Amino acid sequence: MQFMLLFSRQGKLRLQKWYVPLSDKERKKISRDLVQTILARKPKMCSFLEWRDLKIVYKRYASLYFCCAVEDQDNELITLEIIHRYVELLDKYFGSVCELDIIFNFEKAYFILDEFLLGGEAQETSKKNVLKAIEQADLLQEVCGLCPR
Amino acid sequence: MPAPIRLRELIRTIRTARTQAEEREMIQKECAAIRSSFREEDNTYRCRNVAKLLYMHMLGYPAHFGQLECLKLIASQKFTDKRIGYLGAMLLLDERQDVHLLMTNCIKNDLNHSTQYVQGLALCTLGCMGSSEMCRDLAGEVEKLLKTSNSYLRKKAALCAVHVIRKVPELMEMFLPATKNLLSEKNHGVLHTSVVLLTEMCERSPDMLLHFRKLVPQLVRILKNLIMSGYSPEHDVSGISDPFLQVRILRLLRILGRSDDDSSEAMNDILAQVATNTETSKNVGNAILYETVLTIMDIKSESGLRVLAINILGRFLLNNDKNIRYVALTSLLKTVQTDHNAVQRHRSTIVDCLKDLDVSIKRRAMELSFALVNGNNIRGMMKELLYFLDSCDPEFKADCASGVFLAAEKYAPSKRWHIDTIMRVLTTAGSYVRDDSVPNLIQLITNSVEMHAYTVQRLYKALLDDISQQPLVQVSSWCIGEYGDLLVSGQCEEEEPIQVTEDEVLDVLEGLLVSNLSTPVTRGYSLTAIMKLSTRFSSVNRIKKVVSIYGSSIDVELQQRAVEYNALFKKYDHMRPALLERMPIMEKTASNGPTEIMQTNGETEPSVPDTKHLPLVTQPANQANDLLDLLGGNDVMPVIQTTLPTKPASAGGELLDLLGDLSLTGGPTVVPAPAPSVPVSQPPFLLDGLSSQPLFNDTSAAIPPMTAYSKNGLKIEFTFERANPNPNIAVITIHATNTTEADMTEFVFQAAVPKTFQLQLLSPSSNIVPALNQGSVTQVIRVLNPQKQQLRMRVKLTYTHKGSPVQDLAEVNNFPPQSWQ
Repeated sequence: MQFMLLFSRQGKLRLQKWYVPLSDKERKKISRDLVQTILARKPKMCSFLEWRDLKIVYKRYASLYFCCAVEDQDNELITLEIIHRYVELLDKYFGSVCELDIIFNFEKAYFILDEFLLGGEAQETSKKNVLKAIEQADLLQEVCGLCPR
Repeated sequence: MPAPIRLRELIRTIRTARTQAEEREMIQKECAAIRSSFREEDNTYRCRNVAKLLYMHMLGYPAHFGQLECLKLIASQKFTDKRIGYLGAMLLLDERQDVHLLMTNCIKNDLNHSTQYVQGLALCTLGCMGSSEMCRDLAGEVEKLLKTSNSYLRKKAALCAVHVIRKVPELMEMFLPATKNLLSEKNHGVLHTSVVLLTEMCERSPDMLLHFRKLVPQLVRILKNLIMSGYSPEHDVSGISDPFLQVRILRLLRILGRSDDDSSEAMNDILAQVATNTETSKNVGNAILYETVLTIMDIKSESGLRVLAINILGRFLLNNDKNIRYVALTSLLKTVQTDHNAVQRHRSTIVDCLKDLDVSIKRRAMELSFALVNGNNIRGMMKELLYFLDSCDPEFKADCASGVFLAAEKYAPSKRWHIDTIMRVLTTAGSYVRDDSVPNLIQLITNSVEMHAYTVQRLYKALLDDISQQPLVQVSSWCIGEYGDLLVSGQCEEEEPIQVTEDEVLDVLEGLLVSNLSTPVTRGYSLTAIMKLSTRFSSVNRIKKVVSIYGSSIDVELQQRAVEYNALFKKYDHMRPALLERMPIMEKTASNGPTEIMQTNGETEPSVPDTKHLPLVTQPANQANDLLDLLGGNDVMPVIQTTLPTKPASAGGELLDLLGDLSLTGGPTVVPAPAPSVPVSQPPFLLDGLSSQPLFNDTSAAIPPMTAYSKNGLKIEFTFERANPNPNIAVITIHATNTTEADMTEFVFQAAVPKTFQLQLLSPSSNIVPALNQGSVTQVIRVLNPQKQQLRMRVKLTYTHKGSPVQDLAEVNNFPPQSWQ
């Protein structure tokens, strides 16, 4: 996977994870263009598209679009499953997750993603194990005192 | 100084902003507060401030002043700090900035931390954004962690190693020992990431591939266990056990089994098992089937398995889920070359997909449809494709039109059908047709001798209806110019002949000249057509008048033509009939099909003598030794013009130029020829994705291709054909490709041969050799070798690369004996 973007129906970015080296300017441009392209698609259209020289896989969950750019050899259908697995993890963690949870707890969303994917590939295929790791890490955070919020 | 506001509060506050300006104000205020807090080196709240900064960064505001703070957080002992610090590093830093190198030491320490979650953070960051320098420094630590028994760390280390290998491929060797017993792990996370690591290594190094091939039985076993084992709640997805791992294993098997019979055989059974037993009601099952199909098609599987795979794809095509249909079409596109017959069985479903609402599916269905067209189904398929052409989005029309032309050319059941099909395309999608189609069509029409009357009549009628579509207008005016006499004669066998007078025809052509819809090129066509009619019509005076009017046209091209035509009337009237006589049948060069166009139609054709094209103008040699040294001078020796009337053209090189305005075979005696409009010498990009070489290569199969030149990234390959019917002529097609990162423009290929040979160089396909092998320039050379001597050639290449001109001379001596014997 080259990158993953989460954005709202109004085009506001809620999460951006980049697995390829790009400057801030380039990232902004890509995000802007891609978000526009996807928002322009009709609901009945297929979840895959070719964009520039990338394969894009996206799916909408309620008010959020989850969008991944994968390489040529990657299996698009399993990428849909990866997206779905991430949503399930968020759901389990936050308890019926909604967009607001991700807005107010964006750093947690990143932490969860980083326990699930690493370098663009899945590092753990068991839901239970991912959530367990997050739980332990959260505990560690509590224990050591000061929290950011 | 009061404590900085909490993250959540900031988020809440910013969200209350009603305008962009209000939001900007709040952000600026907070940024100022954060900046002063950073200046005070406040350790307590640094974490909070950076978190807020990251939020603002996500909204699109600049946050670079937080970069160093992230580094400080990473260096802190508190886990909370490290968590936010590493997150900040991944979001704000990138490897282009030197700042990121400061992380290296921290990461190194954290990789050896006592708490696995800290180690995890370090591995994650390194694996996501580690630059080559960092990877080089830290590869050893990663390798150590790859051998640990802690599965939490081991899986992360594996993916981190993948990243290191991608950044610094030379380091791949050092991870080899650690991979020894990766697959004996029970932990799925480690298994999955190990398979990813092994895949990466095998893809990058053929040696590694050979080394890891012995793992095939183990992989097959693991896959089998996954399928056969009962319900495992931890890894279950809709009744399937760990689909992620299954897909990854299938992909690795694909790489290991490719071009290896033994491995392929070892996996046959499991592939068949997966293909037949996987539940297909949900996406996850189909994802596994998809990967299985890709693997079956890529390895050396037995035919039964391949048919099974194609049938799975056929079933996918009927699936309600459009994603599945899309994936099926993509895969079928990849396999249509190798398993053509099997894919043909699903042709009707594929054609139905042309009517799908989704753009991506339509495009794939179109490409696949063109790939499936053959002599048997041409009529039916063309009906569907023309219907598609009518109704599709503009973005498809150009490709579809090109595809229709190509298919019609190859498989047209009759001349009339062919012409009708072309007419249909020109009238419905005329403005989207590619520019190079015009000369191709003209050549086609010229060669369909008995259809001239019918063709010109239909084109004339089409012109009366609509003069806005330039390709149609250009072809029509050319034909009227050529066959205007047939048009007014009122004879037509194929359909009811129309009655039209010379004046009416001239009205139409003059109308094109003055119309605002006509482009300059079209006007050129019309003027020339009018001129040609001077030998076919009797109203010469009218034509003379028109021609003289345009002698003062503002358009330089038109003016030049008109002036020259005028000259033709005044001073060279005796030459006019000869110069303007009917075009001879044009030889088709390097066509896609194995046979000349005449033979693909179901009717007999007078065969075209092609020897007449060769011995035209030859300039005397003036060197003592065999190989002519003229490349050192200006022009290349016998580079000859073809398809022009054989009357001496010495009266005006510019006149030759005029009649060569079709640029079918390039300019007069000088190479390089200008416009690259040789009739289809390479497949349009539409079908490029399917095969890297022309579909039918039988004619050159007898003579192996050779690399004639390879230097500085420019590679020139020669492929050979015997020109029928003259066995003394070798037809060589050069393919120039460019592996450098910049295009080579103004590319010119020149060649010279020994005295006993004659050389003819046709137009190149273009004069830009695109970078990174994205395309090639092709050009056809015909060599006449009546004395059957060993072929030698000296080539001169000139091009502009990265702004500077490059020139090189080379000798080509390694021609295979079959090319000149």
